[in-house]
Amino acid sequence: MGLFILRRLGVMLLTAICLTFIVFFLTNLYPNLEKLAKTQGNFRMSDEAVASWLGDRGYTDNTFLKYGRWLGVAPGWVTENEDGTVTGQCFAPDTPEGERPTFCGVLQGDWGYSLVFKDEVGGLVVKRLVDTGKLMGLVLLVMVPMALIVGVLAGMREGSGLDRSLSTFSIATTATPEYVSGVVLIALLASSKFGISPVLAEAGWIEGKTLFSGSATKASEDITFANFTLPVVTIALYGMGYIARMTRASMTEVMTAQYIRTARLKGVSFRNIVLKHALRNALIAPFTVIMLQIPWLLNGVVIVETLFNYKGFGWLLVQAAGNNDIELLLAVSVVSVVVVLVTQLISDIGYVFLNPRIRIS
Amino acid sequence: MEALTWTGPLGQFLDPITYALAAIFLLAVVAQIVLGVASSGERVVTNPDGTLSSAGGAYGVSTLATKWSGLALVVVLLGYVVIGVIGGPGTAGIVGGMSQQLTPVWIALIATFAVSIMYKRKLGLYGKLFDSTVGMIGFALVMFWVFGGIMAGLFDWIATHDTLSQVSGMKNKGPGTPLRGAEEGEYAWYLLGGDNLARDVFTRLFKGAWVVVQIAPLATLFAFMVGITLGLPAGYYGGRLDTFLSFLANLILAFPVILLFYLLVTPEIVATGIPNYMATVLFIFPLVFVAVLLNSRYYTQPSFRTPLLVVVLGVLGWIYLSLISDAGTKVAVLPEFLDLFDIAPGILVVFVSVVFVNAPTVFRIVRGLALDIKTRDYVAAAQTRGEGPWYIMLWEILPNARGPLIVDFCLRIGYTTILLGTLGFFGLGLESESPDWGTTINTGRQLIRAYVHPLLPPAISLMTLVLGLNLLADGLREESLKD
Repeated sequence: MGLFILRRLGVMLLTAICLTFIVFFLTNLYPNLEKLAKTQGNFRMSDEAVASWLGDRGYTDNTFLKYGRWLGVAPGWVTENEDGTVTGQCFAPDTPEGERPTFCGVLQGDWGYSLVFKDEVGGLVVKRLVDTGKLMGLVLLVMVPMALIVGVLAGMREGSGLDRSLSTFSIATTATPEYVSGVVLIALLASSKFGISPVLAEAGWIEGKTLFSGSATKASEDITFANFTLPVVTIALYGMGYIARMTRASMTEVMTAQYIRTARLKGVSFRNIVLKHALRNALIAPFTVIMLQIPWLLNGVVIVETLFNYKGFGWLLVQAAGNNDIELLLAVSVVSVVVVLVTQLISDIGYVFLNPRIRIS
Repeated sequence: MEALTWTGPLGQFLDPITYALAAIFLLAVVAQIVLGVASSGERVVTNPDGTLSSAGGAYGVSTLATKWSGLALVVVLLGYVVIGVIGGPGTAGIVGGMSQQLTPVWIALIATFAVSIMYKRKLGLYGKLFDSTVGMIGFALVMFWVFGGIMAGLFDWIATHDTLSQVSGMKNKGPGTPLRGAEEGEYAWYLLGGDNLARDVFTRLFKGAWVVVQIAPLATLFAFMVGITLGLPAGYYGGRLDTFLSFLANLILAFPVILLFYLLVTPEIVATGIPNYMATVLFIFPLVFVAVLLNSRYYTQPSFRTPLLVVVLGVLGWIYLSLISDAGTKVAVLPEFLDLFDIAPGILVVFVSVVFVNAPTVFRIVRGLALDIKTRDYVAAAQTRGEGPWYIMLWEILPNARGPLIVDFCLRIGYTTILLGTLGFFGLGLESESPDWGTTINTGRQLIRAYVHPLLPPAISLMTLVLGLNLLADGLREESLKD
């Protein structure tokens, strides 16, 4: 088991390095750098000015060298300007000569500087991650129990009317991407002219103009029922259907197992069969699915945070990618890659622990 | 001229019936769910003569009520459509106007269903689809949008106006607004209203369906070609090749899709030509696939194989070269006069990124299937006969993996549709005036709190199409398991 985890960690590290290198390569292509120079310097720079701006900041060096600098295994760039001052990647111009560090990269704990937000990348990412963590936590809290209940209820009597209604419901939710359900939910519940809000406001049942808020910007400081329900429900709905279907499949399989038939023949009541005999075994497969669903939620988070203007990690990703903010983008992709790989690892390990029939030798 | 109401004069007596039926249906469904959880379900009673019969009870009643009220609801809703086709907007309002515009789609749908049901025993898996209600509903939804897209896009039948022309005074106007000073021969209403640039929402909806219907199945097909061509050897040979390819697939799968889209689709990256190079690599897989497929089968008869390969590869190669080569981009290998068609650069980039994102998942599915099937006896028999590895992969393993692959193909078209919408939602790839659904949702969401009518039609359309594909896949899976 230890060796298995160790090997997986090795593969994870390799994957993370490959992926960040791809991101690094794509963001450091010359047209991107040119755009960067023009937005940071000024828009009417000549080609030579762009080249010297980039050269002074180490952007024109070999991609591998630049990547090494970002990682912290190659010395940072140092440029001596014409007027004798020395600027460098790892120190401010007024740092005394003896105290200038040579390396400054991820390994040294320095994630770089965001050119769009004018802030340290590390702090920025952590702050946004906390905000997204709140969203994800609530989503999981809503989604997982709902999905499991729907799946178990549908799967306990395969082919019944209940099964058909709930299966149709879960198929419908998997067919509705976040940008569709979000839009429909806003139209129905958070529009002052359409849906049920005008009716409720007329009747005096709600205080404001709308039942829910269509924007979650304020939720970063203060989460309320009105401003956070729609984002949470939007993500939870899309993720729910798939887990529910997997739970249903697993439940129907368990319900046809021999030991369930034995229990039936012994005269155990249907309720006890479902709750005591079937449920535990039926929940092994959904556990893996839930873990693997988390990276998918990340996608939903990006869409929902854009749609509801909630300034979390997904929003940060869109800002970083839209503005080619290289160092921020790299940090963002490291985080998302780690999320993907760690959830995969947990799902593998958890599966082994939950299912005694599987042993990894 | 007055604005149209949703159902017009017809609605005055048909609407109350519809509402009542819908209420009964909903109540029955809720009752069925509650009773299904609370009671012990259908009780079966053994009769003295040994036969079984259902005892009915409250649950049985709710099931019957759901069935019949649902059927009645469907009949009434069909009534709107039929009367609408005959009477048009004057009799049945907006619904009538829309169903009249959609007449060719209805005819095509009825014809397809009639022919398919008549010959369903001779049509293999496709025919079996018509044994399952879920599958038929899904198929109807999918074909509705396929026919709608083709007829609006190719023949210009359904459209009432132009997708880009703006009519003064129609900005953000609600559904059924009459056109001010409509000329002779011009359609007199904006059936689903006007968007924020005063364009007809209804027309754009079906022109948008054409964009989706064109890209999604083709992109999925390409993703399958890539996935199959790489997945079969990975599963069959295993070893180093498998490790390497699986690592690559996992690498792409670990990327957040939206980040990948942003990295590939921005104008700066397009300027470097990377999407064109990727197209060059990805689009060669169908050629490789077909070449290996034919060669492995006919290599024992060179006199037949060689001309066949020359002709097939010649045609495919020409299409391939015209597909990837575009004057003005980095890949312009073919001279202008030989170039069969030009793809709008935006569409090519979107196409490439969607194929790129989908291929690794297909690869994993095919690899898993190949790993499973290669242990079967008929594979061992083929190996003993001395068949080559590619013959075994493509003519023994692949046909026996077709069931799960066809099901996944349907699901994946739906997923590709969602991805296309995502691209549109972030304003990536397609131009901002493109009528496709994702882009329309993106432009509409800026005014979402004031005007929802330009936004809801594409949202609901996307949902119904993907739902249809999911139901279709479910029906196919059920029927293919019955064998």
